[in-house]
Amino acid sequence: MEKEDKVMIGRIAVSFILTVAAAFLPEAWKGEGVSLEYRIFHLLPYLAAYLIVSWDILLKAVKNIRKGQVLDENFLMAVASLGAFGLGIYQNGDYAEAVAVMLFYQVGELFEDYAVGKSRRNISELMDIRPDYANVEQDGKLVQVDPDEVAIGTQIIVQPGEKVPIDGRVVEGRSNLDTAALTGESLPREVGAGDEVISGCINLNGVLTIETTKEFGESTVSKILELVEDASSRKAKSEVFITKFARVYTPAVCSAALALFLLPPLVRLAMGEAPLWHMWLYRSLLFLVVSCPCALVLSIPLSFFAGIGGASRQGILIKGSNYMETLAHTAYVVMDKTGTLTQGVFEVSAVHHNKLEEKKVLEMAALAECASSHPISKSLQRAYGKPIDRNRVTDIQEYGGKGVVAQVDGHTVAAGNAKLMDMLHIPYVNCHMVGTLVHVAIDGAYHGHILIADRIKTHSQEAVQALKANGVKKVIMLTGDEKRTAEAVAKELAIDEVHSELLPQGKVEQVEALIRRKDPKEKVAFVGDGINDAPVLSLADIGIAMGALGSDAAIEAADVVLMDDDPLKISKAIRIARKCVGIVYQNIVFAIGIKGISLVLGALGFINMWFAIFADTGVLILCVLNSMRCLFNKKG
Amino acid sequence: MKKSYKVDVDCANCAAKMEAAVKATPGVQDAVLNFMLLKLKVTFEEGADPQEVMGRCQAAVAKLDDDFKIYC
Repeated sequence: MEKEDKVMIGRIAVSFILTVAAAFLPEAWKGEGVSLEYRIFHLLPYLAAYLIVSWDILLKAVKNIRKGQVLDENFLMAVASLGAFGLGIYQNGDYAEAVAVMLFYQVGELFEDYAVGKSRRNISELMDIRPDYANVEQDGKLVQVDPDEVAIGTQIIVQPGEKVPIDGRVVEGRSNLDTAALTGESLPREVGAGDEVISGCINLNGVLTIETTKEFGESTVSKILELVEDASSRKAKSEVFITKFARVYTPAVCSAALALFLLPPLVRLAMGEAPLWHMWLYRSLLFLVVSCPCALVLSIPLSFFAGIGGASRQGILIKGSNYMETLAHTAYVVMDKTGTLTQGVFEVSAVHHNKLEEKKVLEMAALAECASSHPISKSLQRAYGKPIDRNRVTDIQEYGGKGVVAQVDGHTVAAGNAKLMDMLHIPYVNCHMVGTLVHVAIDGAYHGHILIADRIKTHSQEAVQALKANGVKKVIMLTGDEKRTAEAVAKELAIDEVHSELLPQGKVEQVEALIRRKDPKEKVAFVGDGINDAPVLSLADIGIAMGALGSDAAIEAADVVLMDDDPLKISKAIRIARKCVGIVYQNIVFAIGIKGISLVLGALGFINMWFAIFADTGVLILCVLNSMRCLFNKKG
Repeated sequence: MKKSYKVDVDCANCAAKMEAAVKATPGVQDAVLNFMLLKLKVTFEEGADPQEVMGRCQAAVAKLDDDFKIYC
């Protein structure tokens, strides 16, 4: 706790004890009725208690009036409490209320300070990924330097327990990296020489030598921090509403209080009745105490900030409070197939109708295709898994769009699609499974086919279900892939609508059509891997880029960035946004409701000062506590 | 040109006032104050001298409330 807070607690405590003591003292001295002397004498201990707790506010109120800033909360509280004192002297010698107004106001302020400080610390702990230094070797010694001063291409050393300060490539060493702070993923990632590493990860065990590929300012960690820091500058509608509301609210309540003080007594006078000035003064003071808009003005940005902080802890970066709000109203989720629902990596998934051993078929095909850099050839070579001995392959002939014929170990090997087999007049068997086929023929005889398919991610099915369970009306998949493949994937994942064989422009048209069709209150989210769908990402109400670590273009184009490529994060992001926006609405309704009711009841004379104090400080504390819930999200 | 500064301010409402005051200062194109991080990001107008402009901002902000501070 800060020193200022401690001093404040001391002041509150002394003032509180004095007030309680003063309330007990006078019983013995009370004479007949409540005489004027008694009321004035009685004033002294309360006045002392009052000044102890409120001198700074009174001072500020006076200063601000001099500067022409009249209607702030200091002024409201000063007028309300001094008015209550005045009533005490005039009426009944009860000053406890006057002191209590200030006492509880200060308690509220203290709590507000504490809560804001606490969430600030909480969030900066969550975002504790900023590296303080980088180790650079100079004259044979390790020197710690400011990461900002490290040029691209410098070799830096990262020791176990340290953060990787700058994006780069491992030159030497082997280790596990903890990426939890960036992606929310708790499994460590293994890296070795040649692997790209991103800043912000924690090196767990080995010493790594890294050659930097970016400047610190362009590194992942700086980008992420900047993004989260800037997030609250894009204000949500409810934030804008509250700021506007507060601007008209305070002056409105002040004029209402003044009117309440002046009008009814004047009307009564005109009607020939006793004006009852003191009663109407009391009611207008209640008005002032209740009116403080702090609960709303503070708790709403606090909720959004905490929500954004909490989400980033889970590897979900939300670029602004406005996107938090939009995300909460997502009714349609449009997804790209490759790279989003599937891994986007082609892999050999089966070998069929083979007469030779599977491995042998793969070996022959991989060797025949060894000169090609086509993704399909690459996946064959990966599946073969051994270094390729090019001396075994001669006389390679490539047929564009068909395949390859080559001499391998003295045999003629043909590997390619159906067109190649037709060309060579070799009968082949088609596959019942979906994917790309590589038929293999050796010395003119069919030797089966190799099925190469893009694998569906392990969590995709669960992710689609989770979206629907979270109130998403429709999950739509868009893909440039052929119809059969697309429909098979959609069926397996229980996706509602598929549009296949789309060019990038076609994806834009589909999303445009959907936006025209739906209710404007329902929002459309587009999820992609951010590589070639930037136009759709920015067109949709909310663009979600996934697996975006290290891809600046995606971070630029999207409104929400998922740091790893787990599709389950989409529903998690929606859930976090719903919770946060829910809390904001609860606070708005609760605070405005209690204050509205208190204002009406106060004007009618049904409540006293103590209730008014609750409507101010109590509501503030409850709202702040409620908004702190945004920080915490269930794991998993 | 963009620069960010640390600020000291008590409440969200005060932060909004401070942001408006900085925005209205000549030489400032745009300003965003993040109350939760106590950080003020100022975009300066073309050719403005940040040091001089920030001096004006500090004065403008101090006029609102003695407790408002911008650390330059």
